[in-house]
Amino acid sequence: MNGTSYALGVGEDKSALFWTLLALGGLVLLGTLYAFFTLEHHGHALTGMDNQIVWGLPHVFAVFLIVAASGVLNVASIGSVFGKKVYKARAPLSGLLALAMMVGGLAVLVLDLGRPERLTVALTHYNFKSIFALNMIFYNGFFAIVGLYLLTLMDRKLSPWSKPLGILAFLWRLALTTATGSIFGFIVARAGFNSALYAPMFILYSFTYGMAVFMVVQSIMYKWNDIQVDARILAKMKNLLAIFIAASLYFTAVLHLTNLYYAKQWEFERFILLEGGVYTWMFWAGQVLLGGVLPLILLFSPLARHPATVFVAALLVILGGHCQMYVTIIGGQAFPLDLFPGWAESSSFYDGQIHPYTPTIWELLLGLGGIAIAFLITTVAVRVLGFLPQDDLKALEPELKAG
Amino acid sequence: MKEATNLNEERRELLKAGALVAGSTLAPGVLLIGVAQARAPEEPASDRVRWGMVIDVNKCADGCNACVTACNEENGLSGATGPQDAQWIRKLHIRNLSTGVEISLPMLCQHCEHPPCVDVCPTGASMKRADGIVLVDRHTCIGCRYCMMACPYKARSFVHEPLTDQNPEVPRGKGCVESCTFCVQKVDRGENTTACVEACNAAGHKAMIFGDLKDPNSEIAQILKHHKTTEVRADLGLNTGVRYQGI
Ligand code: SF4
Repeated sequence: MNGTSYALGVGEDKSALFWTLLALGGLVLLGTLYAFFTLEHHGHALTGMDNQIVWGLPHVFAVFLIVAASGVLNVASIGSVFGKKVYKARAPLSGLLALAMMVGGLAVLVLDLGRPERLTVALTHYNFKSIFALNMIFYNGFFAIVGLYLLTLMDRKLSPWSKPLGILAFLWRLALTTATGSIFGFIVARAGFNSALYAPMFILYSFTYGMAVFMVVQSIMYKWNDIQVDARILAKMKNLLAIFIAASLYFTAVLHLTNLYYAKQWEFERFILLEGGVYTWMFWAGQVLLGGVLPLILLFSPLARHPATVFVAALLVILGGHCQMYVTIIGGQAFPLDLFPGWAESSSFYDGQIHPYTPTIWELLLGLGGIAIAFLITTVAVRVLGFLPQDDLKALEPELKAG
Repeated sequence: MKEATNLNEERRELLKAGALVAGSTLAPGVLLIGVAQARAPEEPASDRVRWGMVIDVNKCADGCNACVTACNEENGLSGATGPQDAQWIRKLHIRNLSTGVEISLPMLCQHCEHPPCVDVCPTGASMKRADGIVLVDRHTCIGCRYCMMACPYKARSFVHEPLTDQNPEVPRGKGCVESCTFCVQKVDRGENTTACVEACNAAGHKAMIFGDLKDPNSEIAQILKHHKTTEVRADLGLNTGVRYQGI
């Protein structure tokens, strides 16, 4: 990026707004820390999580952030791996967002541990068979590679390295998202999770969520700097987002149809698709309608010429993404394990019954902490360094003409 | 025996590759009975032994809770049954959906040969001893609860609250995951039995038998050899150490 680049708000009288934003983010983070120390003292007894719903709201936020983090890097990949200039101009912001969200998501996972003070144990005792530990290695590598990649983008002397590192980041990112999806796919015992489709599905979800987050952040940055994004560039990006949304919807349909095909999963599918109460609502109204169909309609409507429409569509995708995580993670646990297929089960340990879950403020605070961390990192970095995507429209002309 | 083990390894790999494995085709018990050597009480855990349990559901009395009470007592559990309370062993009531037949049985950690909890645990806190007992190392468990997500038997509990009044022999702690240990403290003392089995015998039901699966002369090995027993979720190919008779 050139030396005179815009950093968020620098040289304009937006300092006050900047500090207000920081304070807001800081306040949420304080709440998170308060929740963390409270739980550390009293145990998870204060939360809505129990021996039936062992992963709750914090994991919904955490997994969304992690999945979106690897997807947001897509923008940079298209720029460096496939040589598209429109996306190349956006590579630094994409790398920054990837790092920020990854830090946020992992922080939530750590804050929710029963024994967070043993983090060092987690970092020094690897069980290499565990897909979880494998994820840890992928995440560490992710930080290193994306960090280096960001350097090559920001320092001209290193720029010859940006392509190979970009390709490495792209491949690493695919592996990482596969591994994240596999966390659920490897849980063989649960009707809701035991599908090889989880890994590829998570890659698609990550493309969609990452693209949506990127477009939201980009819109806000442009607005802040009173810049109008070129209509053709906006059109390109919104089309890509639409393709990702459509593909995610398609994959979701395939997953549920395959599940229906195996007789054993019928009960589970009936639960999620028809009788699951909050999960059924979250699936149809949240994930499918708000997070998929509606954004698609918006993006293909004549209104999509307006940046505001695209902004709303992207926000909806993010909302739908959280609903999807809720259905996948919590809905998957709410449905009871079937120890004896063909038998009705009951016990003092809640066998054979749908497990209720009501999240508390503590879980919400832990989860929001991840967003706050990602938000703070992004806001500070964007103000201090030049991350604003700037397009040299003349140089872009051939690419934009080609469509 | 060797062949059987290999076969099982192979099944495991298939499973990991995401393929669905059809129900166990090997005769029950064949996998379990190994070389004919049990260990002396003073020796450390050895792989010449594999501890296991057979539960005869026909002898298990509906409404009897002796095993559960004994377990709570032995291991210092409160016995409370709220959604956040720990339960290492529970009485499960099952009713066949087509015939309507009803069975009452104790459900506990099945001490699998290939435990999914051990596979997924990021720190290695979930582990299987040489003698087949599956345990959680209290000092390396970070409380991530992935093992609870992975266990097909819902055998694990998370400690949600600070604990007081613990049995010094059975250390437990807030923020860690725990489950049935086959009363490892008793086994290591050479008692070679568990609190639940003792209680079941004392109540006169004799529905549970604990013993060395690898010792062909042991009562448990004899039962496995001569009677039909069932693994719960045999389709998962975990080769459980707990078997049920009469289902
Ligand atoms: S909760 Fe403890 S024993 Fe279970 S997987 Fe996590 S670290 Fe391992």
